[in-house]
Amino acid sequence: MEGSQAAGLSKARREEVEDVVVRFAGDSGDGIQITGSQFTLTTALAGNDLATFPDFPAEIRAPAGTTFGVSAFQIHFGSHDIKTAGDAPNVLVALNPAALKVNLDDLVKGGMIIADTGAFTDRNLKKAGFDSNPFDDGSLDGYQVIAVDITALTLEAVKPHGLSQKEAARCKNMWSLGLVYWIYDRDRDPSAAWLNQRFADRKEIANSNIAAINAGHAYGETMEVSAGKVHAYSVAPAKIEPGLYRTVTGIEALSWGIVAGAGFAGLRTTFAGYPITPASAVLHTLSKMKQFDVTTFQAEDEIAAVGAAIGAAYAGNLGVTASSGPGIALKMEAIGLAISVELPLIILNVQRAGPSTGLPTKTEQSDLYQAVYGRNADAPLVVLAARSPSDSFDVAIEAVRLATQFMTPVMLLADGYIANASEPWKIPDVDAYDKFPVHFHTDVEGFQPFMRDEITLARAWAIPGTPGLEHRIGGIEKSSTTGNISYDAENHQVMTDLRKKKIDGIAKFIPDQDVALGDDKGGIAVVGWGSTYGPINRAVQLLRAKKTKVSHIHLRHIWPLPPNLGELLSGYDKILVPEMNTGQLTTVLRDQYLVPAESLSKVSGMPFKVTEIESAIRDRLETKK
Amino acid sequence: MNVTTRPDKLTAKDYASDQEVRWCPGCGDYAIVRAMQTALAEMQAPPEKTVFISGIGCAARFPYYMSTYGFHTIHGRAAAIATGTKIANPELDIWVISGDGDSLSIGGNHLMHVLRRNVDLQYILFNNEIYGLTKGQYSPTSRVGTRSPSTPAGSIDAPVSPTEFAIGCGARFVARGIDTQLKQLPQLFIRAKEHKGASFIEILQNCIVYNDAIFADFTQKSMVEEKQIAVEHGKPLLFGKDRTKGIRLKPGRMEVEVVTVGAGGIEEKDILVHDETNKMMAHLLASMESPEFPVAVGVLYCEPGPTYDEGVYHQLDEAIAAQPKASMNDLLRAGSTWTVE
Repeated sequence: MEGSQAAGLSKARREEVEDVVVRFAGDSGDGIQITGSQFTLTTALAGNDLATFPDFPAEIRAPAGTTFGVSAFQIHFGSHDIKTAGDAPNVLVALNPAALKVNLDDLVKGGMIIADTGAFTDRNLKKAGFDSNPFDDGSLDGYQVIAVDITALTLEAVKPHGLSQKEAARCKNMWSLGLVYWIYDRDRDPSAAWLNQRFADRKEIANSNIAAINAGHAYGETMEVSAGKVHAYSVAPAKIEPGLYRTVTGIEALSWGIVAGAGFAGLRTTFAGYPITPASAVLHTLSKMKQFDVTTFQAEDEIAAVGAAIGAAYAGNLGVTASSGPGIALKMEAIGLAISVELPLIILNVQRAGPSTGLPTKTEQSDLYQAVYGRNADAPLVVLAARSPSDSFDVAIEAVRLATQFMTPVMLLADGYIANASEPWKIPDVDAYDKFPVHFHTDVEGFQPFMRDEITLARAWAIPGTPGLEHRIGGIEKSSTTGNISYDAENHQVMTDLRKKKIDGIAKFIPDQDVALGDDKGGIAVVGWGSTYGPINRAVQLLRAKKTKVSHIHLRHIWPLPPNLGELLSGYDKILVPEMNTGQLTTVLRDQYLVPAESLSKVSGMPFKVTEIESAIRDRLETKK
Repeated sequence: MNVTTRPDKLTAKDYASDQEVRWCPGCGDYAIVRAMQTALAEMQAPPEKTVFISGIGCAARFPYYMSTYGFHTIHGRAAAIATGTKIANPELDIWVISGDGDSLSIGGNHLMHVLRRNVDLQYILFNNEIYGLTKGQYSPTSRVGTRSPSTPAGSIDAPVSPTEFAIGCGARFVARGIDTQLKQLPQLFIRAKEHKGASFIEILQNCIVYNDAIFADFTQKSMVEEKQIAVEHGKPLLFGKDRTKGIRLKPGRMEVEVVTVGAGGIEEKDILVHDETNKMMAHLLASMESPEFPVAVGVLYCEPGPTYDEGVYHQLDEAIAAQPKASMNDLLRAGSTWTVE
């Protein structure tokens, strides 16, 4: 590429940095998410470790220029291991005044602002709530400001390709991407290749966007040469375990994990879902996997979706459904049926901020009570939680293993952050996983529908179509021996005890709880679950580097809890539980182990910052007797 | 409890389970379960491939009394669960058993969608115009003025007609039977089973405890000929003791009327001939209510079309044929990847 020589020249003048946080922001129609994912791909190819955080509004196309229509994509990348999407951006790309207004407070002091002055018209400034132009009134003093008429420069750059004015202006996200590529010394070729592939039928669009990237990149070079006012940086590759990598989002990893798990169980997959943010993408992903014998069914509502998944499980498929908080609430009666008839069922809960409709596009982990306790009567099931996008693959496989081996519904908790965020993933060898083939019951001799495996207590899975095993099941209490309807008082006690014993007993078939970072006793244990993994781990890492006695424990198995957890927790002086809810795991730990677990709560719809957890730990150290 | 060796020819008794039937003595459900056992024996339906799926209500106990596979699920959701079972294993022959409350109140949404999707199963709605299992509240099919524990001054909301609802939802097989039709019911079940797609049958069923004799004006023996019309494809819509009464289109209007052949210049050629593939006619027949009209029984509408489960497997087969050796390892390695040395 023609700019490569210039970029080489400037290398010497590049300042080496360990890690950087860049946030792209603009109108929801500005193509911010695409810009972010392109930067992610290029950065991964450059060998940096990274984590991303897409943050978009609930409205599909909010009125242009409004603060509530701002879409953002944050990426944290560096030469060391990156655990979070970053507390505060070092660079803010603002494609309109509203994007600047919404995101400016988050920017680090002295950070860089790249803004499209072409969009800073009086009308847009007013819409965003600015009384005066921030470039003129001194309010951006102290920041490194690159104020450029990106719109005009983009129109100029793409002119030869003959797009309409409207289409041409849409390329301004790629112009800004080109400039950021130059600032961080990134290769433009992967994005050019992607554009050529994406717009194979409309070459003029591909070429215009590539021209915009090149123009933005060239602008950086010229600016550096002429004024030297802009810093350029280089970020060395991170030390990463050798292997083949790709980026993966939580939704992709969950979907692929389910299908991989079904393969290990030797089952066909039937997925039934109903559109809901942020879980719908599971339906989209799986509907493109028919070649793996995956059937997807868009049901008429959440209840029908879980119903169809149960119906499929009854027929001997892996029945799977997915939703988010309010949809899960609708499914609960049917999940109780699956518990009562002891059929395997996977329920993916991509949690979002609530209650009720809440904040559909914002993240929270406030469905732990709903997962563990949220049904009528004594109705235990298995609850698992994924800690990151890539972890979702293994957790989904674990969900399939436990559901099919123990004939039970399993609820897998992810959240809006994990679902949409992407991170590099060392691609596993699927063939190397342990298989757990399901054996349907076919032996007529002595068959009873609720006969159990002595060790796992799982009931026999005899599916319709099997000659000689015709039987009836249902949600009415059934005799522990024959499976026939039974209103007998003692039998109900026996069956309730059996259902509990079966789920509790799963603790013997899951790994002991490990310590993610730190010592196995003494000092403070910071206990987390789900997407708080990154910020907790980084905070503990930073404090341990300063000789602080603090450890990180992160739960994958929420119910039943790992068998050694009580003993492990009792070895620490203090237990701090950061959660994006008002203290749900805290309650469970206190209840189960009578330990003095203390909650650190955040429910702003945004993930924890590392500094928030760090300072909470420090507070506990200072109050230590 | 299970049949371990199958006799050469199954009789109606072979389709009965060993469970004691717990409906109220005299309940219309007894006749329906017997009719079903008769129909299955006549078809020699393989018990292992036959599945009864029900919701909640008196009718929903039905699966327990059959020796086939059975799933007694939750209120209103049988259609959704049955849809999942059918798409998971299209070889199974599925019968959904439901009532008027189960199908048209709590489960109305699922009934609509199983019919419009045309999932290949049979949906039997036992309509007794009352909530029996919860002790007698009025139901969505109860007539205006129904006095019940929840409507002591009489119900005030208009009822829904199950057959008209089904036709409106896009059902391609709609039939009506009566619990007292011991001869006709098994034949109706056989027609429903033979139809590929969702087959909907409303059975008017007497609740002896909470809504006794609600259909008596046209179901008691003395009224059958005068107050019912058994429709048959290709046959004129004639009824009455001497088969002199008939249904014709009112001249100049899109509605039907009862006429007498031989009176007022009416000839047999003026009488409508039943065409079960005609949706408009099905609407008119479904809407005929006692006492103004005879109640139509038999197959009101039958016009087969593509089924949902066929469509599902068509797409699956195509995808698998296009990528017969799909591997998860390949999928994970598709797209942008990079190697860290």
